[in-house]
Amino acid sequence: MSTTGHDHDHDHDHDGHEHAHDHGSVPHRHPFQPDDPEPPLESRVLEEALRTLLIDKGVFSAADIQHAMESMDARGESQGAKIVARAWADADYRRQLVERPALALKAFGIDMGVNELCVVENTPDVHNIVVCTLCSCYPRMILGVPPAWYKSREYRSRVVNEPRAVLVEFGVTLPEEVEVRVHDSNADLRYLVIPGRPPGTEGWSEEALATLVTRDSMIGTGVAREALEAGSASS
Amino acid sequence: MEARYAVGDRVRVIDRLHSGHMRTPRYVRGKVGEVIRVVGPMLNPEQLAYGYSGVPGRMLYRVRFRQRDLWAAYAGGPRDTLEIELYEHWLAPSDETAGRTA
Repeated sequence: MSTTGHDHDHDHDHDGHEHAHDHGSVPHRHPFQPDDPEPPLESRVLEEALRTLLIDKGVFSAADIQHAMESMDARGESQGAKIVARAWADADYRRQLVERPALALKAFGIDMGVNELCVVENTPDVHNIVVCTLCSCYPRMILGVPPAWYKSREYRSRVVNEPRAVLVEFGVTLPEEVEVRVHDSNADLRYLVIPGRPPGTEGWSEEALATLVTRDSMIGTGVAREALEAGSASS
Repeated sequence: MEARYAVGDRVRVIDRLHSGHMRTPRYVRGKVGEVIRVVGPMLNPEQLAYGYSGVPGRMLYRVRFRQRDLWAAYAGGPRDTLEIELYEHWLAPSDETAGRTA
């Protein structure tokens, strides 16, 4: 992770191979892909040297690194779903989550590190949707790795200026009287949307409620599953 | 560190050229919005990006804009808004026009 605390990704798609496949008149070669690996980047060599040195000195073991990578990969939206489900079920917890998010996350053993969480609530009058126009900032501690579209130029540029059109493409059509509130996660905060609780879920357990909370509903590009939909999916 | 602006203040994002790393997207520059939260001092990203300490920090605010103020041809509802994080050195009182070009 960079020193700015931003989640810059370097797994961009490589578009060099993209071209029209109407092989009409002009034959063309596909780009040559060498079998042998490219020489390693300087940063890669540096990383390997540093890592080997730290292991040799006993600062940590190779197994520690493996464990850290596995725990990072294991973070996913199920964590966020549990948090939202508790906020739905427990009004006091919901208030704490909005007003003192760091404290509320401790109940789930989550430490956001340098990035503060900003929790925004969908209501009948307001629909929140999150984007990072400058890179790909995302609440990884509770939602895991962001989906590829979240990092795409199309999503980042369009959702700030035509959020309703983007929402329709995600299957969400909102009446004009609902305020669409876009959050540009451009600096130090990370954002979590508490989606509206689906009707017909009164008295549900937190565990059952969590099954209705989708990743997209916590980004704001979606809404929570309906109670019936989840019931039929689990039966 | 004292915050120059308070919740409810109208501010204009300074419209200036900036070479190098910064976190003020072009689409809000020159636009007027309302401070909705004083987040607090944060390390200066324009320094951090180049390996410096980021000290002194900069006061960070959350500022809300009406979408129709950001985009002349905005096609959504009149109540639609956008909220973004902005550092104090990119903000001016909304009645100051020094940084305004649009």
